[in-house]
Amino acid sequence: MAQERKKASGKLKELLKGPWPSFVKEIEAAAQKSPMSGDLLGLLDRSYEDRVGHWKHGGIVGVRGYGGGVIGRYSDLPEEFPNVSQFHTLRVNQPAGWFYTSEKMRRICDIWEKHGSGLTNMHGSTGDMILLGTATDELEPLFSELTQEGFDLGGSGSDLRTPSCCVGPARCEWAMFDTLRVTYDLTMHYQDELHRPYFPYKFKIKVAGCPNDCVASIARADMSIIGIWRDDIRIDQEKVRWYAKDEGLDIEGTVVRRCPTGCIEWDGKELKIDNRNCSRCMHCINVMHLALRPGKDRGATILIGAKAPIVAGAILSSVLVPFMKMDPPYNDDDPNYNDLIELIDAIWEFWGEEGKNRERVGEFIQRVGLGNFLDAIGLEPRPEMVAHPRENPYVFYSKEEKE
Amino acid sequence: MTERLTDIGPPHYEQFLPPVIKANYGRWDHHEILAPGVMVHVAESGDKLYTVRAASPRLVSVPKLRQFCDLADKYCDGYFRFTSRNNVEFLTAKEENVAPLKKDLEALGHPVGGTGNAISNIVHTQGWVHCHSAATDASGVVKAVMDDLVEEFTNMRLPGKLRIALACCLNMCGAVHCSDISILGIHRHPPKIDRERMSKICEIPNLIAACPTAAIRPTMIDGKQGVEVLEERCMYCANCYTVCPAMPLADAGGDGVSIWVGGKVSNARTQPSFSKLAIPYLPNNPPRWPEVVSAVRNLVEVWAANARPYERMGEWIDRIGWPRFFELTGIEFKKEHIDDFSHAGLTFKRSTHLRF
Repeated sequence: MAQERKKASGKLKELLKGPWPSFVKEIEAAAQKSPMSGDLLGLLDRSYEDRVGHWKHGGIVGVRGYGGGVIGRYSDLPEEFPNVSQFHTLRVNQPAGWFYTSEKMRRICDIWEKHGSGLTNMHGSTGDMILLGTATDELEPLFSELTQEGFDLGGSGSDLRTPSCCVGPARCEWAMFDTLRVTYDLTMHYQDELHRPYFPYKFKIKVAGCPNDCVASIARADMSIIGIWRDDIRIDQEKVRWYAKDEGLDIEGTVVRRCPTGCIEWDGKELKIDNRNCSRCMHCINVMHLALRPGKDRGATILIGAKAPIVAGAILSSVLVPFMKMDPPYNDDDPNYNDLIELIDAIWEFWGEEGKNRERVGEFIQRVGLGNFLDAIGLEPRPEMVAHPRENPYVFYSKEEKE
Repeated sequence: MTERLTDIGPPHYEQFLPPVIKANYGRWDHHEILAPGVMVHVAESGDKLYTVRAASPRLVSVPKLRQFCDLADKYCDGYFRFTSRNNVEFLTAKEENVAPLKKDLEALGHPVGGTGNAISNIVHTQGWVHCHSAATDASGVVKAVMDDLVEEFTNMRLPGKLRIALACCLNMCGAVHCSDISILGIHRHPPKIDRERMSKICEIPNLIAACPTAAIRPTMIDGKQGVEVLEERCMYCANCYTVCPAMPLADAGGDGVSIWVGGKVSNARTQPSFSKLAIPYLPNNPPRWPEVVSAVRNLVEVWAANARPYERMGEWIDRIGWPRFFELTGIEFKKEHIDDFSHAGLTFKRSTHLRF
């Protein structure tokens, strides 16, 4: 006979204490109404005792017509903890920038309490709102109520994963383009690719408004779209002097000597920047943001190929398009925006055709060669794409090039 | 009967933006951090937006979300958001609401902070709460580490930003491989082959192809097709387990935690970079993982005492050199610190630029 659990037991109780918000308290809170969350407390305490997880691998579940968005999860102790024998996750596509109103969030809460454990992640690593723990029979009714509220599922498996972005122009003066809009538009344009996995492996898009990259786009996204400017950093010399005099900022030590290209000079009165040699790293702007601002000729750098270690080692994204305009209006008639769509389509076509099973695009590029990849997607090689030209003298020449 | 909707995409973000954001969208002039966790953004129009940022455990219950909704209603006309590091943020144009909001959040058990030169929230994965491939718990380790370091969340007294991330296995969901300090769950035993299930649920050629070191070989056992694992070639990456559930690696005695340092994603000053191995193995010791907690505290303290202003962990190590890093932190340098996978040679030192 299964017992009813509403409180943490054993070792887990220790984590109810302490100043940092307690996830165990959260599970207890959900367990007051949900037997599923109650059994999660029991199962988790068993893991704390055994020092291994108690979730089985596998089990494909989903909603009708979709191949992604639901992660099937089954416990390996179903007799002892019957309420978590099924504990599936839903990935719900978040609003761009993770903005909510209390009204909408309360609706999500009501639906989730009715159909699931009442536990969430705000948010998952890819950006989705994660609804953590429900049974197979609840999936269709849950999906139906979510869509009636205007929410849809995100990606999982070998598909386009839910695109995500930084707070962008909603609250940041450094947003070089409308990150929320680009994220929303790409997500809407690629609904089929998001919901129906037919790629060689996952493909992530992350959109950051400036080189500070608050969404870790360059480390985590197969396509990283990162805001940048081309013209001069705008300087308010009055404010520079204010930093030196009133704020006591050591401009020479903290700004000038920390500039990676040595392109800043400060004589105690005036700050000079050799903009031709500025690598747009943001450091001086980050430190003296009331005095220095990015230029006005703004757009994005498109980079490709980042991934975590599995399978053949981690990769950071590398430059594919040094600069692309991202100005509004973003619509299908806009030639710049079409460029981005065309670029993504070309990448997916080549990688989709030639990529091996479970080969991320970054690993694919290493296998076929960046030069060949550029040929296939129709981009010209540019020196901005490499840290330096090759050191290795064994060059493949094509027939045409020899003639 | 309502129509079954599909492919509607996410709700448009605009409906969730507070009026002050809608009025000043894309026209922000500057911002200031007024106190740890409290920011004001000033628009070109002169309008002001106040943000109060508080810690969240990422794993959040419906009752807690309703409490957040109540606070949003009370102080922010119903508007709030979450950050890329799983903090919760409340947004209001009313300066007078900041102090009482901060007080209410703290009373609810959510420290306000995570801005500027501080430790922001630890980005982390699911761990034993929900993942099949976890080599350690995620939420529990994060809770233990942040209980210990909470004052570096609610203050801004560090030399630079410090980003900590945790992944419960080598798959590394989240930007764990590019953090100032990465806490990473690891296996140390080869997969245990479940021969009975293997023939039913796994495609053998796929499984063999999945191994990056060719440690998996086909074999026949009792007339059934199966595989064997060359133990000395296995680096416990669990790629085989991902494609074949009959190859589990989890092992109570072997699993544990490794600590990596010096990575970053921001382009500020130096280029984005990977974290490097600092401590190969610490035991899984729930519920409070004391070995991990003290190792992380040691790294934070040694860096804070020695780094220059704005110097991230990796920049500091680049300046002083790795031998000095190991000396200052008291961490022993071992064979495991030397890479021996795909790009190993690139990590050897090939100059006499040595500091003595």
